[in-house]
Amino acid sequence: MTEAVAHGGDHSHSGHHEDHGPEFYIKIWALLLILLIVSILGPMFGNVWITLLTAFGIAFVKAGMVATYFMHLNVEQKYIWYLLFSMLLAMGILFMGVAPDIMQYGGRHWINQASHNLVEFYQKSANKGEGGHH
Amino acid sequence: MSASSFHTSPIATGRSATGIPTGRLAVWWVIASEIVIFGGVLASYVMLRLKYPHWGDLAAYTNVVAGGVNTFVLLTSSLCVVLAHHYAGRGDTEKAYKFLWFTIFGGLCFLAIKSFEWTTEIGHGYTITHSLFWSFYYTAAGIHALHVIAGMVIMGIVSMDVKEGRNLHRVENIGNYWHFVDLVWIFLFPLLYIAK
Repeated sequence: MTEAVAHGGDHSHSGHHEDHGPEFYIKIWALLLILLIVSILGPMFGNVWITLLTAFGIAFVKAGMVATYFMHLNVEQKYIWYLLFSMLLAMGILFMGVAPDIMQYGGRHWINQASHNLVEFYQKSANKGEGGHH
Repeated sequence: MSASSFHTSPIATGRSATGIPTGRLAVWWVIASEIVIFGGVLASYVMLRLKYPHWGDLAAYTNVVAGGVNTFVLLTSSLCVVLAHHYAGRGDTEKAYKFLWFTIFGGLCFLAIKSFEWTTEIGHGYTITHSLFWSFYYTAAGIHALHVIAGMVIMGIVSMDVKEGRNLHRVENIGNYWHFVDLVWIFLFPLLYIAK
């Protein structure tokens, strides 16, 4: 038989306690904005590794901050963590299962000539300085 | 069955197998399902983006300024909804209501900027059928925008109860959903706008 929860109906508090005031959330918001600015400026240096670090690395940091401090995942029960990580794992399995076929132009017994031709076409167009679209 | 056992609120509200309030648990399940929805779209995009380097040329036509402003708008709206939750927890229904409507306003701003952006891009011929890159762009951003609209509608409904001092726990629930919508955009922005 399930247990009655202390907070149900009209209760406003969720049962976990993290007593931050508005100032704390405003500080987190300000930090997120600073990270946003860095992630926009980073790719302007034109370096692939700086772009990856600033645009995508910072995206993970920002996501972690929103999840931890705004969604209160840091005080949430472990059950939720397991649930979310299971879904991320499912996403990873999708990627790993499908990527070898999608990202390759050929395998042991197959070849994706159309994709190969397309990439060659755009490389030649880029060399000639022309545009084109797929 | 005695009269005192009749509930005025749904039975599920008052019980839980996990110790997590039912509504909050349900929202986490929704978020979990959305992870695989958006994750699937974005994982597919990443695979094809890595395979087709020329997508970088097509991505040059996305509007970084609009995307950046939209990121600012969503981050600020996340701040507003977490403040709404804070005040709801303290029983300050007036401030909770106000901050919920600030959040909804943020959603409106987001949609307005997106409408302007898409109008410009479509006007220049970059439609959903233009190329596979633009198909992904409109699909991913479009599904996200639909979630923003749904969040705004639900938040409006929750705010009506908050105004009456009822079901204040739902502020946290819709807040979590809204933060997730913000989270998705945090990843969409670099993938669609910055990686050129």
